[in-house]
Amino acid sequence: MRRVAVISYGMTKVDKHWNKSLRSLFGEAALNAINKVKNPKIDAIIVGNMCASDLSDQNNIGAIVADELGLTPITAYRVEAACGSGGAALLTGFSLVSSGVYNVVMVGGVEKLTDNIGKMTSFSLGKAADAEYELFYGATFASLNALLMNRYMYVYKTPREAFADFAVLMHKNGAKNPYAQLPFEINREIALNSEYIADPIRLYDCAPIGDGAAVIILCSLEEASKYTDSFVEIIGISGASDTINIASRDDLLSLKATVTAANNAYKMAKVTPKDIDVAEIHDTFTITAAISLEDLGFCERGKFDKFLYEGAFEPGGIVAINPSGGLKSRGHPVGATGVYQAAEITMQLLGEAGKMQIPNAEIGLTHNMGGVGSSVYVSIMKRVK
Amino acid sequence: MKPIIDVVISGWGSYIPIYRIPVEEIARIWGSSSDHFKKDLLIDEKSVAGLDEDVATISVEAAKNALSRAKINPKEIGAIFVGTETKPYAVKPTGTIVAEAIGASEKLLAADFEFACKAGTECLQCCIGLVGSNMIKYGMAIGADVAEGAPSDPLEYSAGSGGTAIIVASKNQEKEPVALLEGSVSFVTDTPDFWRRPKKDYPNHAEAFTGEPAYFRHVISATKLLMEELSLRTSDFKYVVFHQPNGKFPIRAARILGFKKEQIEPGLIVPYIGNLYSGSSLTGFSAILDIAKPGDRILLVSYGSGAGSDAFSFIVKDGILAKQNRAPKVMDYIKRKKIIDYALYCKFRGKI
Repeated sequence: MRRVAVISYGMTKVDKHWNKSLRSLFGEAALNAINKVKNPKIDAIIVGNMCASDLSDQNNIGAIVADELGLTPITAYRVEAACGSGGAALLTGFSLVSSGVYNVVMVGGVEKLTDNIGKMTSFSLGKAADAEYELFYGATFASLNALLMNRYMYVYKTPREAFADFAVLMHKNGAKNPYAQLPFEINREIALNSEYIADPIRLYDCAPIGDGAAVIILCSLEEASKYTDSFVEIIGISGASDTINIASRDDLLSLKATVTAANNAYKMAKVTPKDIDVAEIHDTFTITAAISLEDLGFCERGKFDKFLYEGAFEPGGIVAINPSGGLKSRGHPVGATGVYQAAEITMQLLGEAGKMQIPNAEIGLTHNMGGVGSSVYVSIMKRVK
Repeated sequence: MKPIIDVVISGWGSYIPIYRIPVEEIARIWGSSSDHFKKDLLIDEKSVAGLDEDVATISVEAAKNALSRAKINPKEIGAIFVGTETKPYAVKPTGTIVAEAIGASEKLLAADFEFACKAGTECLQCCIGLVGSNMIKYGMAIGADVAEGAPSDPLEYSAGSGGTAIIVASKNQEKEPVALLEGSVSFVTDTPDFWRRPKKDYPNHAEAFTGEPAYFRHVISATKLLMEELSLRTSDFKYVVFHQPNGKFPIRAARILGFKKEQIEPGLIVPYIGNLYSGSSLTGFSAILDIAKPGDRILLVSYGSGAGSDAFSFIVKDGILAKQNRAPKVMDYIKRKKIIDYALYCKFRGKI
C-alpha cells in the first residue's frame, strides 16, 4: 500500500451563494487548489455530495465537475454518505492513490442547500435518518438529536449552559475564519435565549444551512515533492457504520461508529488521542460535539462540561477543537463538510491557517459523520515538511 | 426620470379597515411563539378587511379622502390607476369602479397595475408622466391590497389590508401644491423571491432569498441611483419611507444607507397594521404628508417582488398646511380599531 500525501487544498466561503451553482462553487474551490501546486495531472475526481438530487435536480455530479474544470474524460464520480459524504470521498480518494490505481486524485465536496425553501431542505437532510422507521413517523434530524441531548443531560446531570458555552467557543474560533458562514462571536445568553428548534435544542445549538465547496489534492507521498514543497501525509484513515435508526441502539450516549473509525485510524497511524494537536470534529449540534469528543477519546464519558471549562478544547489544552469554528460557525455544506475539515487540518499542519493557526500543530484529525452517527469517517494527518 | 413640466402632489388620502388581529392570536392558533414577529420583525398586529371590503372599496375610500384634500372636480381627472395584487376580479378593471364611485368623467384612462408590492408607485410614476407631458390635467394613483398569507405561513402574521390614493397635477395648475417632485428612478431585475400562480389563493416565497438579493439589493440600488441623479445626500432628507414588509427590513435598509432613526420612524406604520403590499410605501408616505412642513424633503422608495424598486424625491410646499386636516389622517385610521379573533378573521377573509 502506497503512502498518501495531501499536496493542496482550496475552499469557497460557506455562505448563501445565491448567484453560484454547484458547478461554479466546485470550480472555484478546485481552481484554488490547482493553482497552489505545480501543474498536477489529475487522474480522477471523487466528489462528496448529499442533496443535489433533491435540491438541484441534479445527479451525475462527477461528470458535472469534471466538465466544469475541462478535465473530461478522466474518472469522476460522486460518493454519498449523507453529511459524511466528504469523509467518504476522502477515504475513496485515499484508497485509489494508496492502491496505485491512480497517481493524483482530486477529492472534493460540494453542496447547494439554499436553492430551495426551508422545509424541502429539511426534508432532504432528514433522509440521512431512517426513512421507513424514523422519517415516516415525523422525526426530523433535529428531533432525533434532541433525544440524545435530553438523555445526556438526564444521565450525566450536565448543565444546559455547557452546551451553550460550547457554541460560544465555536463562534469565538469561527470569528477568525475568513471562510466561515457565521464569523461572529456570541455569548451564553444569546445561545440560551435563541429560538427553540426541537426542545432542548435551540437555534445556537445547530449548524446553519449554507452552500460551499472544498477540494484537496492527493498523490503518493513519494511523488508529492514533484508538485509542491510543503505537504502533509494521511497516516491513518477509517470509516465505520452503525444502525441507521437510533431505536435499534443499546446506548444513545455513544456513537459506536465514531469509536470504531477512530480506533482503526489511531491504530493505522500508530498514535493515540493524546498525540492529536488539532481536530476538526462533526458538531452538527452541540450534543453531537459532546458525544463525539468522548467517542474520539478526547475526554472522559459524561465529563464534556468539566473538560470544556478546564480549557481542554482550546489552543494549549488537550486538543484544539475546531479552530475553523466547526459546523456551528464555519458552516455545514453537508456533503462538502468532510473535505472542508481535511482542507482545514492541512492548512493547520502547513502553518497556513492565519488567525486560526494552532502553534506547532504536527498531527491533526478529522471526524465527519453521516446521520446520527450511522456513517463516520476519521482521518489522521501529519506534517511532513 | 424627470417630467418636462414640473409635477406636484395635489391631494392624498388613505384608508385602513377597522379590524385588527394581533400576532399573538395567530400564534395561538398555530401553537407557535409570537416573539419572532413582535421582537425581530416589529409587527404587533395587522389590519383585516371586513366582510364587505375589498381593494375596490378601500381604493374608493382612499380616493375620496384624496379628493377632499385636493378640492378638485373629479371630472377633471384624466387617469385613474389602481396598483394591487389582490384585484377583486381577475378580469375586470378596478380603476373603472373607483372612477364611477367618485364621479369621474367617462373621458378617462383607467387601468390596474400589478408588480407585487410596488404597483402603487408605478401608478404614481405613470400619472406623473401623463401630467408632466401635458396629456392630462390630474392623475390619480392608488396602491391598495387585501393581502393574504397562507395559514400558518410567516406571511399570515404580516399581510394586512389598506391603501392610499395620490392626486398629481402640473405645478402651474395647482394653487395649493402639496409637494414638488424632484425626480424618480426605477431599478428592476428578474429575481424570483415571491410569486403567486394563477388560481392560487396564497403566494409562495423563497424565505431568506427575499432579503439580501431581493428587498435590500433593489431598495438600496434605487435609493442610491436617485440620490446620485439628484446630487442629494442622506442628510438632505427630513423623512424617508421604504416599503414595509415588516419593521426590520426598512430599518436595516435605512441603516445601511446611512439614514437616522428620526428620518424613518414617522413613516413606519407596519407595526400597527402589517404589510399593506401595494399600499405599503404609499401609506407610509401618506402618514408623512399628514405631518410634514413646507420645505421638508421626502424620500419614497417602494419594493415589489420579482423584483424592483421605484424611488421618488419630493419637496414639501406651502399648500400642504391647508390640506392636512381636510380628511382623516393615517394615524386616525390606525387608532380607530376593533380587535378580532382568528375565527372572525377566517370569516371576514372567506376562509370558512
